[in-house]
Amino acid sequence: MTGIASFYQRSIGKKVVMALTGAFLLFYVVVHMWGNFKIFLGQEQLDHYAEGLKTLGDPLFAEEQVLWLFRIALLAAFLLHIYTAMQLSHMASRGRPVAYKQRKDVQANFASRMMLLGGIAVLLFVIYHLMHFTIGVAHSDFVYGEVFNNVVRGFQEFMGIPAIIYIIAMIFLSMHIYHGAWSIFQTLGLNGPQYNGVLRGLATLIAVVVAIGNISIPLYALFALSPVEVTGWFQSIAGLFGF
Amino acid sequence: MSHDTMDLTLHVWRQKSSKDSGGFVTYVEEARGISEHMSFLEMLDVVNEKLIEKNEDPIAFDHDCREGICGMCGLMINGIAHGPDQTTTCQLHMRVFKEQGITDITIEPWRAKAFPVIKDLVVDRNAFEMIIQAGGYISVSTGSAPDANSLPIPKENADKAMDGASCIGCGACVAACPNASAMLFTSAKIGHLGLLPQGQVERDDRVLRMVNKMDEVGFGGCTNIGECSAVCPKEIGLEFIARMNRDLIRASLAKGDSKKP
Repeated sequence: MTGIASFYQRSIGKKVVMALTGAFLLFYVVVHMWGNFKIFLGQEQLDHYAEGLKTLGDPLFAEEQVLWLFRIALLAAFLLHIYTAMQLSHMASRGRPVAYKQRKDVQANFASRMMLLGGIAVLLFVIYHLMHFTIGVAHSDFVYGEVFNNVVRGFQEFMGIPAIIYIIAMIFLSMHIYHGAWSIFQTLGLNGPQYNGVLRGLATLIAVVVAIGNISIPLYALFALSPVEVTGWFQSIAGLFGF
Repeated sequence: MSHDTMDLTLHVWRQKSSKDSGGFVTYVEEARGISEHMSFLEMLDVVNEKLIEKNEDPIAFDHDCREGICGMCGLMINGIAHGPDQTTTCQLHMRVFKEQGITDITIEPWRAKAFPVIKDLVVDRNAFEMIIQAGGYISVSTGSAPDANSLPIPKENADKAMDGASCIGCGACVAACPNASAMLFTSAKIGHLGLLPQGQVERDDRVLRMVNKMDEVGFGGCTNIGECSAVCPKEIGLEFIARMNRDLIRASLAKGDSKKP
């Protein structure tokens, strides 16, 4: 245990914790999105998927055992990611007690500068998301087990404001992933000049897929658009900005 | 050579000593008629001559070789370490400001807890020396010079090691980093020695000791933003930081990771 403790005491040890917990959380985000895509197959398929999550690992595990084990691991990773980020940010502010009067960014992109603020935005969103669709207290018409109806009604209520919150949150999440996914490799020392371009590309791909994939769900709930149509929208919006 | 001159407004950090709280002083009169062919430090020399003529205390700043190889000079100029060109402050010329139409220049010392201000724009970079002392060396018995080519090194490794060795320890990486992190400096030193056969014996101890010291003297962590590399006069890349991370993880696993290796 002393080995792990002294490893964590180092700045790089903390960064490694950020990278490993971040990788696990990113894995979850992708799996969660993939599962939620069942919504496009209709009410029956989505409700069946949600019900099936309870019996994951059957017959080795009893009902909801795997689900809760995964939830505990997820919560642990989430809390560790946040706690370590707080410690690193404390180290950084301690490292420069007197601020510059003028400081310009030469290299840093918007996503990399937004890691802390964007991360806080994602944290607030996760709390809202759990209250909205898991516990149901932030939902006006929540019925346990009726996942499809809960999702569609949950996005449509209050004039679609929840859908807008979700869309904005996914933009924050996507930016966080854009810098974070690449950083996993850099921090774990798996980056080098020959891989950098590939890893940057991979991080961009994951960020774009997560953004479009997740945003297509509230849009589907509001306008019953298919993911193909949503992708078409994004293409035309990107075209306006010359991409 | 034509004598194109510029009239500048300088906002310079003045601080009598480490105990003084310090503040900005604006110089207009003293910064008139500056030749665009001057280097940034020559411009400060001219300003200082005028200050001395007026019996005022000249602006203290660090400098030595003035040819971009010693790493002594280093100023935060308009919010960028070493100013708008990716070079050392001594190799920055006033024509760059003329070309960009900049006449208002703010000059600050490097800001970091580990780099306390000694006077005005001079900071104490002893923290770097302490990181080097912790492991930035190889322990060999000295004697007569070894035969040439007795220790073959692949060209690719020699080139990479040279890239790391080109670090002059100016501190711009720390100054530019939003976290005041010294990872680019430390990783350049670790990478330079770790890429050569002579550096292998102490490779694990070196990375553990140097990273411990880097944290101990009060530098921040890395957020992979890349500001350090973008202002590095020797253009040392982030791949050295990735390499240091890899070395630290490997050394921690190999050594069972005691805090004092």
